[in-house]
Amino acid sequence: MTIHKGRGFACINYPIGMNLGGDPAQALVHSTPDGKFMVALSAIDLGQGMKSVTRQIAAETIGVPVEDVYVDTADSDTGPHDMGSFASRGTHRVGNAVIRASAEARKQMMEAAAEELEVNAADLDTDGKGNIHVKGAPSRSITVAETAIAAQFKQGRTLAGRGIFLIPPSEANPETGEQTPVTCFAHAALVVEVEVDDETGDVEVTAINSAYEVGRALNPKLVEQQLIGGAWMGVSHALYETTEPYYPARDHGPEDFNTYLMPGPGQIVPHHIAVLERPAEDAPFGGKGPGEMCANPVLPAVANAVYNAVGVRCDRLPITPEKVLRGIRANGGARPKGRA
Amino acid sequence: MTSIEFRKDLFADERDDTLKEIGKPTIRQDILGHVTGRTPFYDDHQFDGLLHMRAVRSPHHHAEIRRIDISAAEKMPGVRRVVTAKDVPNNLNTLLSLINFGRDDEPLCAHDKVRYKGETVAWVIADTERQARDACAAVRVDYSVLPHVLDVEEALKPDAPVINHIYPNNTFDYHDRYDHQKLRFGDVNAGFARADHIVEAEYQMSPIEQAPIETCGAIAAPETNDRFVCYTNTQALFFSLGTTAKLLNIASSRLHFIGGTAGGGFGGKVDSIVEPTAVLGAILTGRPVRFAWDRAEEMQVGAPRGGERWRIKDGVMRDGRIVAREFSGFFDSGAYMRLSPYAIIKATGHIPGPYTIPNVASNVYCCVTNRTPATAMRGFGITAVDFAIECHMDRVAEVVGMDPIELRILNAYRDGDMKAHRRAAKNTALIECCQVVADKANWPLSAEARAQSSLRGGGGERAAIPETATDTEGRIGERRAGRVASTAPAGGTGKIPAGTASKGVSGVPVQNPDMQIDADRIGHRMGAAPTPGPTPARAPAPPPRAPAAPTPPASYQPPPAPPASYQPPPQPVAPPAAAPPAQTGPYTPAEPFSRGTKRPGTSPFTSGFRRR
Repeated sequence: MTIHKGRGFACINYPIGMNLGGDPAQALVHSTPDGKFMVALSAIDLGQGMKSVTRQIAAETIGVPVEDVYVDTADSDTGPHDMGSFASRGTHRVGNAVIRASAEARKQMMEAAAEELEVNAADLDTDGKGNIHVKGAPSRSITVAETAIAAQFKQGRTLAGRGIFLIPPSEANPETGEQTPVTCFAHAALVVEVEVDDETGDVEVTAINSAYEVGRALNPKLVEQQLIGGAWMGVSHALYETTEPYYPARDHGPEDFNTYLMPGPGQIVPHHIAVLERPAEDAPFGGKGPGEMCANPVLPAVANAVYNAVGVRCDRLPITPEKVLRGIRANGGARPKGRA
Repeated sequence: MTSIEFRKDLFADERDDTLKEIGKPTIRQDILGHVTGRTPFYDDHQFDGLLHMRAVRSPHHHAEIRRIDISAAEKMPGVRRVVTAKDVPNNLNTLLSLINFGRDDEPLCAHDKVRYKGETVAWVIADTERQARDACAAVRVDYSVLPHVLDVEEALKPDAPVINHIYPNNTFDYHDRYDHQKLRFGDVNAGFARADHIVEAEYQMSPIEQAPIETCGAIAAPETNDRFVCYTNTQALFFSLGTTAKLLNIASSRLHFIGGTAGGGFGGKVDSIVEPTAVLGAILTGRPVRFAWDRAEEMQVGAPRGGERWRIKDGVMRDGRIVAREFSGFFDSGAYMRLSPYAIIKATGHIPGPYTIPNVASNVYCCVTNRTPATAMRGFGITAVDFAIECHMDRVAEVVGMDPIELRILNAYRDGDMKAHRRAAKNTALIECCQVVADKANWPLSAEARAQSSLRGGGGERAAIPETATDTEGRIGERRAGRVASTAPAGGTGKIPAGTASKGVSGVPVQNPDMQIDADRIGHRMGAAPTPGPTPARAPAPPPRAPAAPTPPASYQPPPAPPASYQPPPQPVAPPAAAPPAQTGPYTPAEPFSRGTKRPGTSPFTSGFRRR
């Protein structure tokens, strides 16, 4: 029995948003009486962090502290339409709608403050800490709270905004496939290290080095969580998971987590990540959605690493010990390719 | 053990890193609820008198339903109602009718025949889940088993069983013309003819369960105002609401959907099956009804990521340049289309991966088989083709004896390059990702590979759209008639001139200039480029952003000011039409308020135009 080490590489790009457009997102923003801002959406956050990201986007755009913004979503009576949370569209589509709604609310806020300070709204700026001041004269200022109170109880003005973002629907050409699939792409490249046991066919991923280009890490912690979770899922797809182990036959389909295999906490692979940020033209503050693409390069990188370790091409997922072992036997033994 | 670094040194001149909230690791506003277990799930809305609904499911891959006998089940303890297909007002739908894509092909409840093992044939609503499960076992269904097909390429053969008469060729019909989606760019056969090496292989993606912690489910309850509230863990609130309104043929305004905020989705909570089922139960019983999948249903009845088969043929020069790449792809849609035909167009737009290749062709088929319908999952339409492409790149590297990363850098797309779907690449960063990860992994790269950049070397000849060979093979029905044998792209019989492309599509401009964020607040260089359509009225160019501590990257240049003057749209010259007659008496709507169209069988949320 020998443990063979191997390294595999893969790189990818990933389209952000629903293919061919036609997937609008809307947002509404309004101020409470004392200058806190509510963002109303119907976009769904099932854990991926959409609420956090849109909250930061709203705070940045309005020019107020993030603590003064609350995102309310997932109620069809109060949140305006959104197509849904899929196709990596949350950050891009909903984020853009929130920017537009927040920009309009900011415009109202600045005009209300201008009236109170008796200056031109174009001469005002926010400090991001809850104050609005005359550019170059920080002492001439008013708080956002005072502005909101004045606007709503004295001036009769709402501090509110509407936003919609839509890339109009288009079609693919039947003859050439010509299309405008999406407007923005994320990127990734990854090196996976594995150990393959030539007696059992067992593959263990021992390390991942990766570089992910995400446009802008709107929230670096959420990006980190997505990338770690996505790599875990990629390893799981490559080595363990399937609902139909004898595909295309449907026999022996797993029905619980005892038979549907996944890596446990002890098998989380040491992962060293570099994040690159090349802002996309039409993305909110340049940010592309990292959620989907982060799993994709892992699958081929693992397959390539297994080949590098023992010389077996596993072109059918998942890469089970059985497939590796049959490949080793067909080759008359392990044939390391010597890159590790 | 994990580490993360942010390479702020790269692309620094395209970014403003002095933003106040963007780029901060702000903690989730609702994290305390999540980690203390107080965040509510849909299943926490346990109404008084909640009833439980369970499905009776097909044990066969493909069978005619001769008779359903519910008499024994109806007499079981606690049973309130046994529900069958005739109780569903509009029992035929396809998910993407919401964007006018595809034909209605899937019933919420099977009636004439079952097309996959696990398909719903009836439901039982009872006081407890145990009673509902017991009564499901007492529903007698008389089946006549039919031949089935489980392999995508078997399904395409002329003698394969027809699974659904709505798609009688076992394929999705693209553009009312072909049984597959084509991609044609240049002439792959000419490319293969001049290549030094041909590299071919086949790849198979496995079906995979999205496996969210919380299985799909919904609780629906009548409200006092002739509406129904539905607590659900859908990933797409209005998608599920619209699908429910259509299947149950009720005004969308009578539905109030409330979604969750934990539990995970990963694509498996888009299909909108549990919501219409629970609301149907609430309508039929007048009581709150819970319909939820258990783990076994989630894994075998809930739609997985579909199996996909991809064949790739590359023509490669000795120096590693790929001069032609051809794909044949087969999506296993399962018994019904759901979202798979759409994912194929997405995959087609993704081909040939992030590389600039002068000749590309693909045929991709959406195949109907007798298995659980497939649906979205993280990376939908892309994951499997990326697996195929990147395994194939490794093969190509070995054939030409090149370092795998250097092969990618050599063929990588760069700013200004033409992609196979006839749009220029921009904002690319593949080469930099390759270089950064090689350094991290101590993977040696040649000086030449290190010197490459996504910003340079693209465009020019690489921006050209070549003359393209086309063909008309694979018209709808021809394959089943035995007149087409091959599934791979055929040899060209027609030509499209070089340079043929239509105009791209970009985001709709803001409807009101106030909704446009100021260019100096957008945080990056490219975003400041003038957008089509109205530009906001703004005062003279803003002064450069004052540097904030810590010092911003020295190279960042504030964006150029947008045009200073906003041109208002031309005013109409014709006088306004005569004012409508003054309203007498209070306004009364002619029909009850509805969020969308109410025609049975049509989507209440149409966007775009008819696409099939």
